Amino acid sequence: MWRPDLLAGRVALVTGASRGIGRAVAEALLQAGADVFVHARRREAADAACAALAGPGTVRALGFDLDDPAAIRAGFAAVQKEAKRLDILVNNAGILREALVEMASQADMDAMWGTNLRGLMIACQYGARLMARAGGGAILNMGSIMGRVGNPGQSVYAATKAGVIGFSLSLAKELGPKGIRVNVVAPGVIETDLIAATPEPVRAALLGRVPLGRFGTPQDVANLIVFLASDLAAYMTGQVIGVDGGLVV
Amino acid sequence: MADRLHELVARSLMIDGATVTDDLRYNSIPEWDSVAHMSLIAELEDAYSVMLETDDIIAMSTVGKIREILRKYDVEA
Repeated sequence: MWRPDLLAGRVALVTGASRGIGRAVAEALLQAGADVFVHARRREAADAACAALAGPGTVRALGFDLDDPAAIRAGFAAVQKEAKRLDILVNNAGILREALVEMASQADMDAMWGTNLRGLMIACQYGARLMARAGGGAILNMGSIMGRVGNPGQSVYAATKAGVIGFSLSLAKELGPKGIRVNVVAPGVIETDLIAATPEPVRAALLGRVPLGRFGTPQDVANLIVFLASDLAAYMTGQVIGVDGGLVV
Repeated sequence: MADRLHELVARSLMIDGATVTDDLRYNSIPEWDSVAHMSLIAELEDAYSVMLETDDIIAMSTVGKIREILRKYDVEA
C-alpha cells in the first residue's frame, strides 16, 4: 500500500545527484522517508546539493569519481561505516559526449565506458554486497531510450546504455535469490540544463516526436524511481521501463 | 588457542573446525563454492569492519591467502 513514508528506515545512495535528474531523485527518496547519500564527482558539489535538500530522512554527501575503481570502493566503505547498510542504489551518474562515429575520440570512448558502464558495474558489485547482508534491496540503473533504438552522434553513449541494460538484466537473475531487485529506468527527453541549452528549432523537432506533447521533468523520473525502490514494486525485477512520454525516435 | 579466522571460516562454510587449516582451498570442498565464498566475504567484512576490493575477493583462494590479504587492510586475523 502507498503511504507518505514509503521508504522510512531505508538507506539510499544516488550517484550523480548534485543536479538534474539525480538531484530530483535524491529529493524524492528523501521526502519518502529514506536516508540518502548524495553522490557527486566533486565532494563540494555533493555538499552544496545536501545543503539545499530537506526531508524527513537524513542526507549525507559523498564525493568520488566513478571512473576510479579505488575511489568507488572508498565511497561504499564510507556508506558501510556510516549507515551500516544499503537498501537502495540509484546509478544515475553518466556522461554524454556527442560525436559522429568517425570522429569519436578514444578519450571520449574511455570516459563514457569508464563512468557509464564500468563505474556502474563496480557500484553494483559493492552495493549488492551490502544489500545481500541485509536480506535484499533495490538497484535502479539509469538506461536511456538511445540504448534500445540508437541515435546519430550518440553511438558510444548508446553502446554504454545498451550495456547497462544487458548488465542489469543479468544481475536481476543473479541477485534475485538474494532478495535484490534490479531494474532499468530509461528516460526520454528530460528538461535539464542540457535540453535548456538546445537551439529552439531542435527543441521543436524533438517535441514533435513526443505524443504527450511535452518534455519530461526530473520529477517524472524521480516518481518512477521512488515506486521501483519501494515495496510497491516488490514483484518487479529485470525490467526496462521507459519514462519518455511515448517518444518516437 | 583457537584461531579466530579458522573459527569464522568453519562457521561460515558450516564445516567442522578441525578440518580448517591455512591450506584449505576454495572450491576444493563442496561447502566452499562461489556462493559460499560471497557469504564468507560478508562475514569477514562484518567481523573485521573492512570493505574488500573485488580483486582481493577473487585472490582469496586459501585460508592462508585470506589471512595475508586481510593484513593489507591492517587486520591481524
